[in-house]
Amino acid sequence: MAPSSSLHRFANPARFLRLAAVVQPWAAGLTIAALIAGLYLGLIASPGDYQQGETVRIMYIHVPSAWMALFCYTNMALASAVALIWRHPLADVIAKATAPIGACFTFLALVTGSLWGKPMWGTWWVWDARLTSVLILFFLYLGYMALYNAFDDATRGARAAAVLALVGVVNVPIIKFSVDWWNTLHQPASVVKLDGPAIHPSMLWPLLLMALAFTTYYVWVLLLRVRAELIGRRVRAIRLRQTQVR
Amino acid sequence: MDRVTEYLAMGGYAGFIWPAYGLAAVVLAVLFVASRRRLTAAAAELAAVEAVERSPSGEA
Amino acid sequence: MNRFAAILGRDLRLAVRQGVDSLMVVAFFVLAVVLFPFGVGPEPGVLARIAPGVIWVAALLAAMLSLERLFQADHEDGSLELMALEPVALESVVLAKVAAHWLTTGLPLIVAAPLLAILLNLPVEGFAVLLLALLLGTPTLSLIGAVGAALILGARRGGVLLSLLVLPLFIPVLIFGAAAVEASLGGFPARPHLLILAALLLAALPLCTWAAAGALRQGLE
Repeated sequence: MAPSSSLHRFANPARFLRLAAVVQPWAAGLTIAALIAGLYLGLIASPGDYQQGETVRIMYIHVPSAWMALFCYTNMALASAVALIWRHPLADVIAKATAPIGACFTFLALVTGSLWGKPMWGTWWVWDARLTSVLILFFLYLGYMALYNAFDDATRGARAAAVLALVGVVNVPIIKFSVDWWNTLHQPASVVKLDGPAIHPSMLWPLLLMALAFTTYYVWVLLLRVRAELIGRRVRAIRLRQTQVR
Repeated sequence: MDRVTEYLAMGGYAGFIWPAYGLAAVVLAVLFVASRRRLTAAAAELAAVEAVERSPSGEA
Repeated sequence: MNRFAAILGRDLRLAVRQGVDSLMVVAFFVLAVVLFPFGVGPEPGVLARIAPGVIWVAALLAAMLSLERLFQADHEDGSLELMALEPVALESVVLAKVAAHWLTTGLPLIVAAPLLAILLNLPVEGFAVLLLALLLGTPTLSLIGAVGAALILGARRGGVLLSLLVLPLFIPVLIFGAAAVEASLGGFPARPHLLILAALLLAALPLCTWAAAGALRQGLE
């Protein structure tokens, strides 16, 4: 009865649920506050860029989305590693719940980048290293979700997907450094630099606020999905027990 | 009114900026609603299953 | 090492006895490439321009065809579980399987490639680099593919899933493989691209072997 015994460990992860109950309202409140402030500064109270004009406002969505795409993947890979090595059941749930959120952010990064590229570069898409590696990241998310759900035995799917998440980690540094390694149309990092950000404060603030909003949004939705998954597993465990009793 | 239309025109880039913001809003909202629906559905299911467990006959 | 040779020998004997799989892969490779003149028109200049990329893409797809079966047959008849119980590391089993896969699909593809290069009107200067690039690139494809094949063991619709998992990871090989040939045609040195292909192979050799063995262990538990 290996599957049922591993499911029973999920039966009452009370400590996590208590923590979630405390964190979730804060995440929700911060998301909304940072979103309002970020949108106000980004759309109304900030000037256009002297080179890029008003299109620079797309950056306030594009760059945080791209950060989140990488952040979510790193989280997913870390959680997968914990799930594989220590067999921690909660880590597996977190990795699974992170995947669709990360996929959404990657999709947004790609599409908003395309909408930004058209007026700036004159083309919707260029096959440069940064764009290609983010596209691969998107496929990795899709592959992860497809693999997770491809098995009749849920544990097998979880482990296979976790291994895939770890294999895909090679892509993360490629995305991060692709702009430095190959000189492409895509502009290099201008916020995270050793000698301070090369970006005007009037643009840095909305950018950071939107990044904060996206991060807390991730925490918020992650908690919703993890709670749903934990309850779902509890339901399955109870159902299994009921059929065994009968 | 003119200032509003001028603002919405975004220096001629309205066709790129507003779709970017709109799409982000739609995607994030849909993901949020779907995630919350999952949670409420799971909670309802749990309540139903626990009700079965508590009833003496073992049937709903 | 003995175990490695034994598995490799057995897989090769099986492949030779059946014989069909390798032929099918090559036939698919040739057919996929032959479709292009019908799709883009038979103009020699256009075909020569796209030849490196077309040959590489067809090679990727052909290499993927036989990947699904890499561990599946041994998984179904239980011999994979026996191999995992033996004192030999599962990594050497994976390596033997990958070597067998490359010898039965990668190598035939390389043999067939010059014929396709002629059909697509690729200038003769590019032939040597094309073969060298394929020689360095196709083992990497087999290695990456082994990870995917190990992950999908027992999955529903494994074949489609495998392509979703593996094709994105093939992209670096495709980029540098095709770029090497294009560089040599344009009069640039192909060496840097070939060196990167070699580096990819050297990185994939330990990493993919380890990951595939890990995936197999997870799948067999």
